[in-house]
Amino acid sequence: MTTWDGAAAAERVAIISDQDVVRVRQLVRTLAVAVKLSLVDQTKIVTAASELARNTLVYGGGGNAEVSRVDNGRKPGIRIVFADEGPGIPDLDLALTDGYTTGGGMGLGLSGARRLVDEFEIDTEVGKGTTISVTKWCR
Amino acid sequence: MALSSEQGSRLADLFKGHEDAIIASWTEEIARTTRGRLSRAELQRQTSELQKGFQTALRGGAPNLHDDLAAELRAQLAELSSTRARQGFTANETAVGVFALKDAMLELVQKGDEADAGALRDYIAFSAFVDQAALFTFDTYVRIREELIADQAEQLLELSTPVVKLWEGVVAVPLVGTLDSARAQVVMERLLQTLVDTGSPYAIIDITGVPAVDTQVAQHILKTVVAARLMGADCIISGIRPQIAQTIVALGIEFGDIATKATLADALRHVLRLTGTKRQER
Repeated sequence: MTTWDGAAAAERVAIISDQDVVRVRQLVRTLAVAVKLSLVDQTKIVTAASELARNTLVYGGGGNAEVSRVDNGRKPGIRIVFADEGPGIPDLDLALTDGYTTGGGMGLGLSGARRLVDEFEIDTEVGKGTTISVTKWCR
Repeated sequence: MALSSEQGSRLADLFKGHEDAIIASWTEEIARTTRGRLSRAELQRQTSELQKGFQTALRGGAPNLHDDLAAELRAQLAELSSTRARQGFTANETAVGVFALKDAMLELVQKGDEADAGALRDYIAFSAFVDQAALFTFDTYVRIREELIADQAEQLLELSTPVVKLWEGVVAVPLVGTLDSARAQVVMERLLQTLVDTGSPYAIIDITGVPAVDTQVAQHILKTVVAARLMGADCIISGIRPQIAQTIVALGIEFGDIATKATLADALRHVLRLTGTKRQER
C-alpha cells in the first residue's frame, strides 16, 4: 500500500497499456483522499488524470505519469506530470479546442482536463514529445 | 559456472550415498519456512522426489538446468511451483525451499573428512546449479500467478455485466467498476441481445458503480444508447451523483436529449410514468 508521508512523496507510473491508465487513476484517487480534497475535486482530478493518461497512451505512444503531493505553504494539493516522447502537438490552440480530435474520441479530453484542474501547463515540441503538468489545490 | 560431467557424477554419488541424510535435513529446512502449513510426510515425499530428480540430472551430466538432460528436473520444479502457488505460499517461500538444498548439501560436505579443494569446487558448481533451479522455480511461480490473475480478470468481465429485467418492458444494466473498451463491448452486446429477447422498449443504464466518468466512458455509454435507439428502445441513464454531474459539465460532455436521472428509482419511475401515459391515451 502506498503511503504518502512528507511533501516530496512522488510516485511514478509507466503508461504502456490500458491497465496503467487504471493504475494512474487509482493512485491519484488514493492521494486525493489523503490530501483531503472534497469529493467533487477528487472526482475532477481523477477524471482529468484519466483523460491525460489515456492521451499519453493513445497519442503519445506511451510514457509515464508522476503523481506527487505538493504544498504551497497555505494548502496542500496534488500535482501530476504526464510525459511522453511521442510526436508532439503541432497546433496547440487547435488541440485545445472543444470537439477537435485526431483520433476517434470526443475531442474533449485535453480541453476538458484543463477545465477540471486549477493549474494546467503544457510543453510540447513536434517530434520530441509532450509534457503536461496539472495541479489541483485543496479549497 | 557449468557443471562438468565428472563433477556431476561425483555429486550424484554423494547424493546416492547420503540420500536419507539429505532428505531429512532438506525437509527440516523447508519445514522451518512453511511453519506447519504442509505435513511433514507431504514435504518428505516432495523432497525425496526432487532429490531423485537432481540426482538423475547430475548423473546424466547436465551442465546446467536449461540443458535437455535436466528437462525432467525442470518439470518437477514447475510442478512444485504450481502447487505452491495454488496453495498460497509466497514466491519467496517457494524459492527458499529449493535453496535449502544447498544448506543440506553443505552440511554433508563439511561432515566429510575429504573437504578438500576439489570437494569445495564441486560444491560451488553445485550451488550455482541449485541457484538456477531456485530462480526457475521463482519464474514459474510468477508465471502461474499471472495466469491465475488473467483467468480471474476474464471471470470478472463475465460476472460484472449482468442485464436484469426490472419491470415488464424495462431492463437495467447496473455498471460497476471501470468501463474500458472490452467491457463496454460486452455490455453493449448483452444489452442489445436482452432487448431483443425480452422485447423491452426501455433500458436503464445505471452508472452508480462507475467511479469516474471520463470522455471514453461517456462515449461508450452514448454509443450503447444510440445502438439501443436504432433497435427502437429508449435508454435512460441513471446513477449520476453530484460530483459526477459537475465533472461531466466541466469536461463539456453533452448527453443531448438522452434522459438522465440521479437514481435508479427515479429512472424507473420516469419509465413507468411514460408507459402509464401511453396506456391512458389508448
